[in-house]
Amino acid sequence: MSDMYNVSASPHARSKVTTQRIMFDVALALVPAGAFGIYNFGLRALVVMLVCVGACVLTEFVYEKLMKKTVTIMDGSALVTGLLLAYNLPVSMPLWMAFLGSVFAILIVKMVFGGLGQNFMNPALGGRAFLVASFGSYMNNFEPVKKVATDVAGGATPWDAVDAVSSATPLAMLKNGETVDILDMFIGNINGTIGEVSALAILVGAAYLVIRKVISLRIPLTYILSFVVFMILFGGKGLDVNFLLAHVCGGGLMLGAFFMATDYVTSPITVGGQVIFGIFLGVLTGIFRVFGGSSEGVSYAILMGNLIVPLIEKITLPKAFGREGRKHEK
Amino acid sequence: MGSATFKGGIHPYDGKELSMDRPIRTLLPKDEVVFLMSQHIGAPATPTVAVNDKVLVGQIIGAATGFISANVVSSVSGTVKAIEPRQAVNGDKVNAIIVTNDHEYTTVEDFGKKRDYTRLSKEQIRNIIKDAGIVGMGGAGFPTHVKMTPKDDDKIEYVIVNGAECEPYLTSDYRMMMEEPERIVNGLKIILSLFTRAKGVIAIEDNKPEAIEKLSKMVRNNPSIEVCPLKTKYPQGGERSLIYAVTGRKVNSSMLPADVGCVVSNIDTTISIGMAVSESTPLIRRIVTVTGDAIAEPCNYNVRIGMSYREVLEAAGGLTGPVEKIISGGPMMGMALFSLDVPVAKTSSALLCLKEDEATKPESACIRCGRCATVCPGHIIPQKAADAAMHDDLEGFIKYDGLECCECGCCTYVCPAGRNLTQALKQMRKKALASRKK
Repeated sequence: MSDMYNVSASPHARSKVTTQRIMFDVALALVPAGAFGIYNFGLRALVVMLVCVGACVLTEFVYEKLMKKTVTIMDGSALVTGLLLAYNLPVSMPLWMAFLGSVFAILIVKMVFGGLGQNFMNPALGGRAFLVASFGSYMNNFEPVKKVATDVAGGATPWDAVDAVSSATPLAMLKNGETVDILDMFIGNINGTIGEVSALAILVGAAYLVIRKVISLRIPLTYILSFVVFMILFGGKGLDVNFLLAHVCGGGLMLGAFFMATDYVTSPITVGGQVIFGIFLGVLTGIFRVFGGSSEGVSYAILMGNLIVPLIEKITLPKAFGREGRKHEK
Repeated sequence: MGSATFKGGIHPYDGKELSMDRPIRTLLPKDEVVFLMSQHIGAPATPTVAVNDKVLVGQIIGAATGFISANVVSSVSGTVKAIEPRQAVNGDKVNAIIVTNDHEYTTVEDFGKKRDYTRLSKEQIRNIIKDAGIVGMGGAGFPTHVKMTPKDDDKIEYVIVNGAECEPYLTSDYRMMMEEPERIVNGLKIILSLFTRAKGVIAIEDNKPEAIEKLSKMVRNNPSIEVCPLKTKYPQGGERSLIYAVTGRKVNSSMLPADVGCVVSNIDTTISIGMAVSESTPLIRRIVTVTGDAIAEPCNYNVRIGMSYREVLEAAGGLTGPVEKIISGGPMMGMALFSLDVPVAKTSSALLCLKEDEATKPESACIRCGRCATVCPGHIIPQKAADAAMHDDLEGFIKYDGLECCECGCCTYVCPAGRNLTQALKQMRKKALASRKK
């Protein structure tokens, strides 16, 4: 019997949930939305995803090799960033631009700030913002959807005609005073970025994350609810259910609320903070959509939200057990 | 009625099935028995015997030094071989009395004599508890006579017997509840005789329905005692979580249970009080669960204090193969041993032998998932307090309420990045408390 056993301070037990498992859960939860994107926009969507994921993982790998740091690409976070960035791009995006956006997301937004856990904004959204600023016209170039569902039914539908003419996203159409089909929006038979179009597919993935306890519904629900309330008050259509649902399903709100606002690193850790964060995002998205020039606004709302996370956390520190009556010392 | 509980906590693998149905077997030590002078919180006891002295079972061989200290009583008869520092479970060298066991187990006079506690005064009962060297046997080792002497006896409204046994793998308390429930009730009645206005509560996690049923039946006709089922969740048996679950009252790090009218006593401690008062038997034994996936025959043992862990392990059939970690106590709060040549102390609840050491997982970056904050029974954000601790930032540590950490280990357990949060908090708390005293 050897007399030297492992010695460490307690606890000696660990749960099986690891960073890697969480990241792969998120990636898995993104599969339905991605699969629908490929179905909706064709194989080029898959190519864009592969380019983004490849570029993100490669950037992290090369950076860590050059800086002589531990290589962390197996934690899965670069994979998730790549997927999310691809989901935020139109299918027609030139591949070299997608590549550049991925490099920016990982290198500038994440790695130079210290890598995983240290980035102050969501890398995928940071990458997207970079692309919007640099290549705005490409980012807003939505080619007509290759209709599938309506083709099966046979013959052209008004939907097709509209698309062929305007190449517009539903929210752009709404802004122009046109009407949209809510069921199509829910299923995803619409134009938009690769991963945002199908609310249904996003909800399936989100449900998986909730069941696996990877995310809580606190941020997504407060986000969506406060956004709806804002739109009722200031959207100009009052309680128009069709209008509200179109706004909830469209413009990446679903993808943003469930997959990007819930990013651990860039959202508040405190319970109260998460509620404030959700409301902030909802109101900001509403402001951008109602009063802003663009019709979406989700990604900038989340980026702005990311920036005030430290502030939110500071004012929402929980009171320790048995210390509820005492004020926090400065 | 739903089971009482607290906010936070975790559900680790509990491993209790290994040993929960194994009745307690009595073990006697071999030739050398080691009595550490410090098996409790407070000043170490002072040896009252010299080398070559004869000692008897039940004889005080180490006397409490000051109020917060405890006697040490010999569990065997024999001759004092040496008085020298020996290794304790935490790795410290502690002054110890080494006795050569004569295997006669000759006792002191009146040992085991029956006594009726109702004829004793409060002072007499407290003195018996003090003389018997009883300390909190759940792990902390706080001298029981101190705990039983609050400022005002009449302010105590609850005497809670802690039968939660939330620590994974441990089944010693459960076995006692199943095998000697009358001793638990007797011990509780004695404590209640000190606090005449208090209600007795035996709190048991609801993963032990048979124990709940057994004790409920026993106290059915006693209006001053009730059994309170607790939700099964770690650290349900932590003193603060337990008091909150049973009474809804909150104790923080700078308070004592008595401040909210509570006295909490562990199962084995309660039994020891009963044995000391009613059976004139001081604290010379404790129940130890020997378990883990590397143990041939997991079991619960009635072990004489001072017996070496190596002998206890041999009695359990030894190890089945290579073992990575040996722990005195449970996996959440127990102490890892690097050697088995350590004596069983008053606070040694288990010997846990694991083939695989889960705690050697490498640490990676915090992803701010917030799991640590969700499970923390102290409602702090361990990530922030531990971060301050890792940067030796005392101010930040106090601001983030690091002092409220009860060291239960939940945050480290759930951390997906494998960060040693509890360990960092523990270390900084020691430092912070030391600087507070200055």
